[in-house]
Amino acid sequence: MGKRIILGAVAILLVIAAAYASFYVAPEERTMGVLQRIFYFHVGSAWAGMDAFLLCFIANLLYVWKRGQKYDWLGVSAAEVGLVLTTVVLITGPIWAKPAWGIYWTWDARLTSTFVLWLLYVSYLLLRTLIEEPERRALLSALFGIFAFIDVPLVFFSIRWWRTQHPAPVIMGGPGSGLDPTMKKVFLFNVLAMHMFAAFLIVERYMLEKMRSEVDILKREAEAQ
Amino acid sequence: MSLLYNTAILLGKELRTEFRSRELLTTTAVFILIVLVLFSFAINPGTEEAREFAPGLLWLAILFASSLMFQSCFLREQTNDTLSSLRLAVSDPFAIFLAKLIANTLFLLLTELLMLPFFAIFYNIPLWSKLPVLILVLFVGSLGISIAGTAISAISAQARMRELLLPLLLLPLLTPVLVVSSLVTASLLDREPFVQWKGIGFLAVFDLIFLTALWLFGEYLLEE
Repeated sequence: MGKRIILGAVAILLVIAAAYASFYVAPEERTMGVLQRIFYFHVGSAWAGMDAFLLCFIANLLYVWKRGQKYDWLGVSAAEVGLVLTTVVLITGPIWAKPAWGIYWTWDARLTSTFVLWLLYVSYLLLRTLIEEPERRALLSALFGIFAFIDVPLVFFSIRWWRTQHPAPVIMGGPGSGLDPTMKKVFLFNVLAMHMFAAFLIVERYMLEKMRSEVDILKREAEAQ
Repeated sequence: MSLLYNTAILLGKELRTEFRSRELLTTTAVFILIVLVLFSFAINPGTEEAREFAPGLLWLAILFASSLMFQSCFLREQTNDTLSSLRLAVSDPFAIFLAKLIANTLFLLLTELLMLPFFAIFYNIPLWSKLPVLILVLFVGSLGISIAGTAISAISAQARMRELLLPLLLLPLLTPVLVVSSLVTASLLDREPFVQWKGIGFLAVFDLIFLTALWLFGEYLLEE
């Protein structure tokens, strides 16, 4: 319990410090000005979200292989947290895109594959609600999670190679090779903060899932008596 | 060797079951026809627009049709309670998947070929000269749809709300197939047609990746 409180406190402090750094420490971007500052939070969430999905994939594989309940708990926790972070990405992206590109949304490779990724994990969580039996739910959702994760690079490259004939907006001042050193530090700090925050959420969600399953077992025992 | 032998026997069973009633084939063909007609009402395309949009619409219709067609794939075994005997009968459960996905590909391809003349007439697109390559594209695309679809229908058959769940799980998974096969078909039916071999290769890679995944994880999908 103590460790979880410390982790939570550290994660929240880091997020606050990262927000402060993005607003006050990082230098102002030349062409986009203050608008560019959303980039730190946006890409930080994106990376943390991707890693959460990667963790979900590993947990899914481990479940199929070893069949420990804990891998199922880890899988669902990581998927939910990844979904929340991807939702953040999909909201902060258009906020930035409207003033920068003039449009909220464009069907380019990164946006579209992030959205398909989001849809796939929504389906994953929906599937879990539609199977009663815990073991069957764990196994089938793990298998779907594996298929979904394998699909992600295919989605990305299919759109990147075949849909880019529709011109994507190119006024991309922000990220790129020439990131200012202070910006880079602030950016990496944001990435770290979001990862810590994601780790904290996943741990909490994991404990909740564990408790739920224990309650479930107790309920069944009570009913059997 | 026994894998191929088992697959051949199971495939025979799948084909026999279907061709006795032909229920699946007729309903799916009619469904594609309805969707194609409704699309043209919805967007009311001129001749040039038809050329541009029709390939995408065709693939969308195929995708929707497939998500209906694959419903019965494992459900039939479940309602007749034949899945466990099937699993006992074959040494490698991959044979069950292989037979079902070959059967699904054949059914899908057959309905597509049946619908192709209507597609050409409704959207005023001359197909005849490009037919061999078009059939190749339809084949690699439908194979991918069937591989993923067979795997997902094994999952959805074991859940509640399965009729809705199958398209929900399957359609986002098939995004790459839709994107690439629509564009390959579009460039094939263009005024200056050309064959996008890279796209056909990509579809083949998709098929191969999902076939490998099914081979690795298929047996767990049928666990009791």
